Amino acid sequence: MDQNQVEQILRNPKFQKMVKKKSTLSWTLTVIMLVLYVGFMLLVGYNKEFLMSSFSGGVTTWGIPLGLGIIVLSFLLCGVYSFIANHTLDQLSEEALKEVEAITHDKGLH
Amino acid sequence: MKWNSLKAKVLLTATSLYSTVAMAGPDLGEAEQQATNWHAIIMFLIFVGFTLFITKWAAKQTQSTQDFYTAGGGISGFQNGLAIAGDYMSAASFLGISALVFSSGFDGLLYSLGFMVGWPIVLFLIAERLRNLGKYNLSDVVSFRLEEKPVRTLAAISSLVVVAFYLIAQMVGAGQLIKLLFGLNYNIAVVIVGLLMMAYVIFGGMLATTWVQIIKAVMLLSGATFMAFMVMKGVGFSFSNMFTQSIEVFSKVHDVSLTDAAKIMGPGKLAANPIDALSLGLALMFGTAGLPHILMRFFTVKDAKEARKSVVVATGFIGYFYLLTFIIGFGAILFVSNNPQFLDVAKMAVTGKLELVGGNNMAAVHLSDALGGDLFMGFISAVAFATILAVVAGLTLSGASAISHDLYANVFKKGQTTPASELRMSKIATLGLAIFAMILGILFEKQNVAFMVGLAFSVACCANFPVLVLSMFWKGLTTRGAVIGGVVGLVTAVVLIVLSKAVWVDTLKISDTPINPFNGPALFAMPLSFLCCWFFSVTDNSARAKKERAAFDAQYVRSMTGIGASGASDH
Repeated sequence: MDQNQVEQILRNPKFQKMVKKKSTLSWTLTVIMLVLYVGFMLLVGYNKEFLMSSFSGGVTTWGIPLGLGIIVLSFLLCGVYSFIANHTLDQLSEEALKEVEAITHDKGLH
Repeated sequence: MKWNSLKAKVLLTATSLYSTVAMAGPDLGEAEQQATNWHAIIMFLIFVGFTLFITKWAAKQTQSTQDFYTAGGGISGFQNGLAIAGDYMSAASFLGISALVFSSGFDGLLYSLGFMVGWPIVLFLIAERLRNLGKYNLSDVVSFRLEEKPVRTLAAISSLVVVAFYLIAQMVGAGQLIKLLFGLNYNIAVVIVGLLMMAYVIFGGMLATTWVQIIKAVMLLSGATFMAFMVMKGVGFSFSNMFTQSIEVFSKVHDVSLTDAAKIMGPGKLAANPIDALSLGLALMFGTAGLPHILMRFFTVKDAKEARKSVVVATGFIGYFYLLTFIIGFGAILFVSNNPQFLDVAKMAVTGKLELVGGNNMAAVHLSDALGGDLFMGFISAVAFATILAVVAGLTLSGASAISHDLYANVFKKGQTTPASELRMSKIATLGLAIFAMILGILFEKQNVAFMVGLAFSVACCANFPVLVLSMFWKGLTTRGAVIGGVVGLVTAVVLIVLSKAVWVDTLKISDTPINPFNGPALFAMPLSFLCCWFFSVTDNSARAKKERAAFDAQYVRSMTGIGASGASDH
């Protein structure tokens, strides 16, 4: 891959769209995960009373569904990322690469 | 009066226990040698025989360095996901976390959460880009556009530090566990583990290691599933029943009031200090994304898409496993803690606490006996041993790649070497690492090595993670910034741990009060490392820095598209 090709790919609108979507997705999900986990750890550190309070009147406390929920949610977020990446991003990136390839090929002919 | 002093004593021991636990993984502690357990030994021999057979098959297919480090890139996303799960679910998390749930309920869940939440980060930020940029390991990625010699040396050294501490902790854990489960002598146990891991790695390389990890993951997950199922069956498949009955049993066997027993349903001593809790959480979360033996697994699949699939599969299995350990821990309260067969009465008379035969880390093993009898307990014991083997094999392979691929082939020989000599070097490195691990495993027998897993995660989080992330995402990173930031992260993490209670007071016994009052270094050392990377990069005006910033575009395109990525087309 030479510098010329790199610049063409970087200028390709489909590539730009894919990159923008992908970084938005990656960083949004990362921030969601961080906020959830750090938020939970702050609760653990500073508001134990809430986590010890009853969840539904019985012995189960709020801490249990929240804790187990974070484990399940970690997996679900991975699923969301993978679904969007498989269904939208991969296709965009493939189209962008095809376009770029076509351009370089054309140039070679002239 | 008497009751109060007893309670104070119990509290004191509990606190000292938790402060070590809080900073490291749940450890296996020192164990007493048990009577020889034939069921377990026979099942373990079957496992060993089978895996050695696979190693023999793998040896035929392992010809090149590519085969040795990455199994030729021919592992499928699903297989790799299982292998990652097998690499990550250590004996400490199976026995240690279920024991932590057994003795304090919710705190055990807090631990598994930390080990879990790093995985989404690995998926969102690391896995695909890593696969697109690297060839064999994470050093390839960080030295992609930066100057080979200093950056690769740094990455290799911090990888080796992580591997060494993790390996020692596993070896000591293995020795203690085998002494306990099989009734074998500690030194013999350590040597057996060392020889087996050497055989897997030297002869079968990544292919054999992968299959050992897959088989172990399947065994561990099915064993744990059966246990959790039987526990849930015992309580009529109701979590509410399980918790209510557990609190009743807990109150009876620990001789505390029902109100006190209900405290196992919320955070306890583990999070007594919020700063430590947060620091531990960060180390586990971002440390996972910097563990060299885990990151290396992403090069065994053919492209970024399969790497993505691997993480989703791995996260699913790992999360499922932690849900099971939570149930298993409560199951142990229900079916083990009130069964005199499993209690160490003599020890209880001395300590005044609930003590299980062979130590409280045996909770899951005793539970397997209570639920499925001798034969099933033999199976679970064999699984625990297999678990250690799978983890140490992965660690050794990644250490060998740091020595032969990074230090020998690319730094020392500057890339002027033949694949054959690099392969030979990697086998010598494996031999060296195995001997190193066996010797240190034996030397550290009586030491508390719990802090070592914590240290490994902290170094991965404070030295590897910042440099790796910035090299992939930030155009401005230069060699100077990466090297200074990485060294600062590595040194700060290690120094803070050495000065903390677990090492300074409990292990080195230098004084009664630690110089550093905090247990985990991540909250301080990781931001410091990021800051140094940034500061020494933006102030770097050298010609080299300009060239490195200019090279970012090409790296970026490759990391996003995979054009030119090493893979099936490489040979």
